[in-house]
Order: sequence, then structure tokens, then C-alpha cells
Amino acid sequence: MELFQRKRRNILPGFGLSMGYTVFYLSAIVIVPLSMIFFNTIPMGWEPFLHTVTAPRVLASYRLSFSTALFAAIFDAIVGLLTAWVLVRYRFAGRQFLDALVDLPFALPTAVAGICFATLYSPVGWLGETFAKWNIEIINSPTGIVVALIFIGFPFVVRTIQPVLEEVEQEIEEAAQCLGATRWQTFRKILLPHLFPALLTGSTLAFARGIGEYGSVIFIAGNLPMKTEIAPLMIMSKLDQFDYNGASAVALVLLLISFSMLLLLNAVQEWQQKEYR
Amino acid sequence: MGIELQNITKKFTGYTALDNISLNVASGELVALLGPSGCGKTTLLRIIAGLELPDSGKIILENKDTTNLPPRKKNVGFVFQHYALFRRLTVFENVAFGLKVLPMRERPSRSAIQERVEHLLKLVQMDWAIKRYPSQLSGGQRQRVALARALAVNPKVLLLDEPFSALDAKVRQELRRWLRKLHDEIHVTSIFVTHDQEEALELADRIVVINKGRIEQLGTPQEVYDHPVNAFVYNFLGNVNVFHGRIKEGKVTLGTHHLDAPDELKNTEERPSQAFVRPHEIGISRIRSNETDLAGTIQEVRLMGGQIGLNLECEGFEHPIEAEIPRDLYINLQLSRGEKVFVSLNRVKVFTGDYAI
Repeated sequence: MELFQRKRRNILPGFGLSMGYTVFYLSAIVIVPLSMIFFNTIPMGWEPFLHTVTAPRVLASYRLSFSTALFAAIFDAIVGLLTAWVLVRYRFAGRQFLDALVDLPFALPTAVAGICFATLYSPVGWLGETFAKWNIEIINSPTGIVVALIFIGFPFVVRTIQPVLEEVEQEIEEAAQCLGATRWQTFRKILLPHLFPALLTGSTLAFARGIGEYGSVIFIAGNLPMKTEIAPLMIMSKLDQFDYNGASAVALVLLLISFSMLLLLNAVQEWQQKEYR
Repeated sequence: MGIELQNITKKFTGYTALDNISLNVASGELVALLGPSGCGKTTLLRIIAGLELPDSGKIILENKDTTNLPPRKKNVGFVFQHYALFRRLTVFENVAFGLKVLPMRERPSRSAIQERVEHLLKLVQMDWAIKRYPSQLSGGQRQRVALARALAVNPKVLLLDEPFSALDAKVRQELRRWLRKLHDEIHVTSIFVTHDQEEALELADRIVVINKGRIEQLGTPQEVYDHPVNAFVYNFLGNVNVFHGRIKEGKVTLGTHHLDAPDELKNTEERPSQAFVRPHEIGISRIRSNETDLAGTIQEVRLMGGQIGLNLECEGFEHPIEAEIPRDLYINLQLSRGEKVFVSLNRVKVFTGDYAI
């Protein structure tokens, strides 16, 4: 198979140029910087590398990072879908205000969000007080991390679902109803499959963002070794101790896992889309 | 009685979409709702299906009052203008949808569903596409699948909202004939909405002509076409030449000419009138055969397939008269632009009243 099928005539012009441009930018912006992690790790040697990345504290931080990001992404998928639904389907006063609110987590410095959460959920904060009555600890616990990640990932889901939902013709739902489907059946059998790819994209983005999130989490997590230390924090603390190789080793594993997960999700999506086109 | 509509009224902000409409459709009948866009015909169809609620009035389907039932409990089949197929489902799953969403107790077995879907797809001649997705089908094919889907639930009535208007002319005509044949086979009470008079005339058992939310005329295609009750209906059912004039002492003025008024208008007092003539009912000849024939000049010749369209400038008439004659006649008379001919207005239909086009 030829890599660039130059012989075949294509109606869309400029494949060569645009492909070159794309490869160049992806290299300059993504691949080259990230490859530094790889090159920084190499001098370390295999044994110390394994030792570093399989240290119990590091493994615990991976587990925590991935599990909290996953929970947050799932939660965002559900709530984000609902929010997008409300914003698209109903016309009400203040809709545009709500719509603008959705993007706020994008704009806010994450540290600010972290401080807000820490204040709100601390045992003497407005919400923390209530939760404390039921013996639910939010601050200094994985729950707190999930709360922060939900906030960070939320806009991704809403913004990916919104345009797809807007495209769904009303007639499709009317057709389903005329055929005897209940509201739930219409949603479950017709709308959800339609929205699924966007939902998957949105939550994947939220998930990816959640793995890398640092600023907001460190303020709320309490950063207790083995308990509430996230992977990015492990990297930071190694950097603080001038252990650059160790930091890049941890980062490399984080990167590889993230990348393979994103690749997998993309494959799922591709497979999902294929048949209908 | 298949469908009984009693005094249906529906107002939207600013205008009345349906104004006190009553209509009965016998079981097994195929009825066309014909009218210009915005006349309320689609609203009426949606109200029957329960997709819209009337402000007042009653909808009785097969002797059961269904006015306030939601669409899913009405058991009507609805075919949409733009098919509204489920994109993510195969043709089979689309047609089976109505059966699969039935409550457990009423749901047929898997093999029964399979059998029914296959039967329906055969009926609409789409059995070859059972595993395809809607995006892989043409417009006409999609509409056939949509029809099979609507029929799957054994609807009491079948409602079709401009089912062929999104298709190209050739396919439209083909599907139209095919639908008529299908209806003769399965006899489900059906109402279809159209703004295409040809479609209504060819397909329907009865036609309901609607304008501005009211029923103008109701009858078989023959009745409606031959005996339109008013100027609107006459005008809507095909191309027309309109002559505004006056009716006076049993005579109708057409330009500078006078014609005998029809019997029912012989004795009316003087008042404005409109005379209508369909282009194909205008006679063209080289020699004057009748005293009332008009002398005219051919201004424009248009090729229209089997027919030839002529624009005729006639003495004493402000606007050119449009005529349509068979191709053979056109060739035999050796007509062309600028030729002088005699024009006979055979079947002039006269209406009084202030109807404006």
C-alpha cells in the first residue's frame, strides 16, 4: 500500500500541502515536545526505570488518577447529556446565560477552581458542613478529586453533544411515537444511538483532561501519600527534588497509558460510525 | 366510519390554521387533502395523528374518540415528507421498530416479527434491501421503507404528509401509481396531503380541497374537476386563463367580446364576474368556424412534451391567452410564431364574487 496515493486523481485539491502542514504542526506542537519525555527517560536505564514506575506510591497514584478521571467522565457524560438536552430542546428565559455558564470551567484558572472547591467543601464550608453531618468526607479524599474533575470535564461533553442534538429532526421522534414507542423507548432506541458517538467523544475528552488535571485537584485532594496523590503530583514532587529522570519516567508511563486508551476509544468510535456512512 | 372529524378548530398566534373542519372518511377509502401551502392541510393531518392538539373538536377513529390520546396510543401510521427513517437502524430494524416496542404481552415472537417484516418489505418491493441502512437507499426507496414501517403496526388509518414531494418527477409518478395499486390490495383507510392537483386527481377516491383553513369542496376527482364550486377550486385544479369582466343581461363580457352567461347566472343583476378557461380547452384553427371565435396572433410557442403551449394575442384582450394543443394538431396546422389563427373558447366557466388571484 502506498502511503501517499499520488497517482490517483482526487477531486479535493491540495492533499500534499495540507498533509505536510498537518504533519509539521502535529510534530512541532505535540510529537517533538512529548518525545523529550522519552529522551529524558532513556539515560536512566531499564532497571531504575522499572523501579521508579513500579514503586507502590507511583502505582497508587496511577490507579487514583485513572479511576477518578473515569468516574468523573462517566458522571459528566450523564449530566452533560441532560444539560445539552435542556439547552437545545427548551426555550426559556436565561437560556443564553446558562449556555455561557457551561464554558466557564474552560476560562477559569484551574487553581481558582481548586481554591473555590476547597473552601466550599471544607468541614466548615457551606457544603462541607452538610456532608460532614453524614460523615462524608469530600476534601482530602478521592471523592473530592472526582468533584474537581467533574467540574473541569463538564464543558467537553455538553459542547460535543449540543450540535449533534440540534441536528436531530423532530420528525424522527414523532415517527417513533406514532409507531407506539414511549418517551423512554424513543430515547433509548433512537436518540441515544444517534448521540452515542458524540457522547463518547465528549467523555473521552473529559477523561483525557481529567488524567492531566493538576491545578484544581491539588487544592482539594490533600495529597496524602498512597491515598490522594494523583500522578501529575508525583511528577511535580519528583521535579521538586530535582529527580528529572524519575519525573519523566512517571510521565512516560502516564503518557503511554493515556495514548493507548485514547487510541482504543477512537477505534471504538470509528467502528461505531463505519456502518452508517 | 374510518375517520370522523367533528368541528376541528386550531389557532396559532396570529392566524387560524383550521376553521371548524368536519370530515368523514369511510373505511378503506383513500382521500386527498389538497390545497396551497399554508392552507392547514398538514396541521389537520398532524391533529389526526395526535402530533398536534386541536383547540376544539373531536377526532373519532373507527368509532373511538381519540381526541386526547397521545400519538403512540392512536395506532395510526404516519408517513413523513422527508421519510424520517431511523438512520442508525437497518431497513429491517426500521420496519420492525413498531413491533419491537410493543409491551411484552402483545409483542410477537422473534420469528413472527421476522416474517412480518419480510412480508411487508416484499409488499413495498424492498425485500432486497433488508440489511441496508437508509443512507444507502434512494429517496423513492426510503419512502417505500417508511411506508412499510408505518404499515407494520397494522394501523387503523394511514396518514401520508406530502409523501412524494421530495422525489423527482419520474419517481413521483411511478410511486403514485404504485401506491394506488397497493391501496387497492390492502384497503387501509388513508388520508394523504398534497399540493399537487395531478397527484390528488390520479390517486384519490375523494378529494378535499382546503383553503385558508376551510374546506372549499369535497368530492370525487371527477366531480371536483368537472364541477368546481368556486373560482378558487377551479383555479387550483389546473392552469387557467382568467378574464375579469362583468355579467349583464345574460351576457358575460370577455374583453370586448360577449358570451352567453351560463344558465344559473342568466337572470342575475349586473355585477363583476370572472370567466375561466383551461388552456387545453381552447380550440385553435386556421378558419373561422363560429361567429364567436376570436382572431389572434401566435406570440410564443413552447414545447411541453406531448403538448404544445401557445401564447395568443387576441384583439380586445389585455393579456395574452394561453392555449395548449396536441403536437399533431400543431404540425397539421403548420403553426409558428407570428401566424394568425382563430381561437374558440369552448368551455368557459363563469364565477361571480370577489375572488382574487
